[in-house]
Amino acid sequence: MLLIHCPYCQEERPELEFRHAGEAHIARPTDMAALSDADFERFFFIRSNPKGIVFERWRHIHGCARFFNAARDTVSDRFLATYRAGDPKPALDGEGA
Amino acid sequence: MRRYSVFAIAREAMRGHRGWPEQWASPEPKKRYDVIIVGAGGHGLGTAYYLAKEHGITNVAVLEKGWLGGGNTGRNTTIIRSNYLYDESAGIYDHAVRLWDGLSQDLNYNVMYSPRGVMMLAHNVHDVQVFKRHIHANRLNGVDNEWLTPEEAKAYCPPLNISRNARYPVMGAALQRRGGTARHDAVAWGYARAASARGVDIIQNCEVTGINRGPDGAVTGVETTRGTIGAAKVGVVAAGHSSVLMQMAGVQVPLESYPLQALVSEPVKPVFPCVVMSNTVHAYISQSDKGELVIGAGTDQYTSYSQTGGLHIIQHTLDAIVEMFPMFTRMKMLRSWGGIVDVTPDRSPILAKTPVKGLYVNCGWGTGGFKATPSSAHVFAHTIARDEPHRINAPFTLERFRGGRLIDEAAAAAVAH
Repeated sequence: MLLIHCPYCQEERPELEFRHAGEAHIARPTDMAALSDADFERFFFIRSNPKGIVFERWRHIHGCARFFNAARDTVSDRFLATYRAGDPKPALDGEGA
Repeated sequence: MRRYSVFAIAREAMRGHRGWPEQWASPEPKKRYDVIIVGAGGHGLGTAYYLAKEHGITNVAVLEKGWLGGGNTGRNTTIIRSNYLYDESAGIYDHAVRLWDGLSQDLNYNVMYSPRGVMMLAHNVHDVQVFKRHIHANRLNGVDNEWLTPEEAKAYCPPLNISRNARYPVMGAALQRRGGTARHDAVAWGYARAASARGVDIIQNCEVTGINRGPDGAVTGVETTRGTIGAAKVGVVAAGHSSVLMQMAGVQVPLESYPLQALVSEPVKPVFPCVVMSNTVHAYISQSDKGELVIGAGTDQYTSYSQTGGLHIIQHTLDAIVEMFPMFTRMKMLRSWGGIVDVTPDRSPILAKTPVKGLYVNCGWGTGGFKATPSSAHVFAHTIARDEPHRINAPFTLERFRGGRLIDEAAAAAVAH
């Protein structure tokens, strides 16, 4: 089980308190009806699914209930950073993210 | 290839079993092949076998970064069934069941296909309605599936607890009698041996690190840890790593890779006659011929390539197992492991040509690819050899996510994959 640091509660809690919420930094288009099929596919279906650093959303559903973002290595499952929703991607030392 | 038969066994018994040859050759990679298959799991080896057998293409290499059958082929819970809701799914999964039926004879290798029946339990009104809908849809597609009352379910599987006092009481079950299990390792080994006998090169410990393309964009071969290998056609059959490989050719795929776990108990005498699945409490269980209970758990919630998963996922599954089968309360669990499954948004696979000429992909089988091994391999070989899909896999395109023609087994619900 993962241990996850909630950037709002400022503490590390077990994964059972959290809900994974998919890849982060995917902006919802403001004018959905104007999208081409290809752009809609890219927004709605295509995911980077990296073997390495992933930026992903989590929700502290059994805690503060707020969404936040995390950078995690999908090979080791190690968290490199968690940060508040709306913050830019953090600079990760030596990870070349 | 030395054919296996009762006479071969008798002859070898007379001379201390010293005359058995290796089951498949392990050649050095050649400079060039007609077709390269990336991934030596059941689907990849089977593709090579059908390329050679049905299409006469024998100058084929199957490249494997680890060892043969060491990925999801060796990690799944070996369940075979075809009771899917949609016509497209029924087409491809029932094609598999028909091929499973004669596979041991076809390969001259005992894959231990055992149609012992797959029973899916209904625990609430929604389950009952959904399963009955499935049964009707299946029967229209010629796929056997029947409704059982709780008492009939218990008669079919005596260890089942049908008490009204259970946390999730059994309200009935859908039974596919042709469903069952097969020996997963034997499937990989059988296809490997039969493909090798037809001239296919199986190259293990050879990781693909790049896909080469010519000036016109078409595939020209692959870069590997054992050098450059040329081929005009490359088929990617890499399960959890499909995204990584497709990225090498610049093709974006709608996949996410999740850990999926399974576990086995200590071996015991035959106690469990069939396969039982419950989607509501999320557990599935059968007994292997070795005597172990084979139990499948769910996926973790996050994407990962780590081939491990959280212990709480397994605990959740075992909670459900002992509730349904109280006699297993004191069974000891022996081993657990994880595999990485590539999941599509509609939970149906992608078996198709790609926008890159000469590049083909067979991925997205998610949590349930083993059952489809023969048909997946059969129609994918057709797709590669003819450069056009077989009638059966024609709907399973990469473009369906753009056009919207999904095969939405995900929304069909109540079906674990």
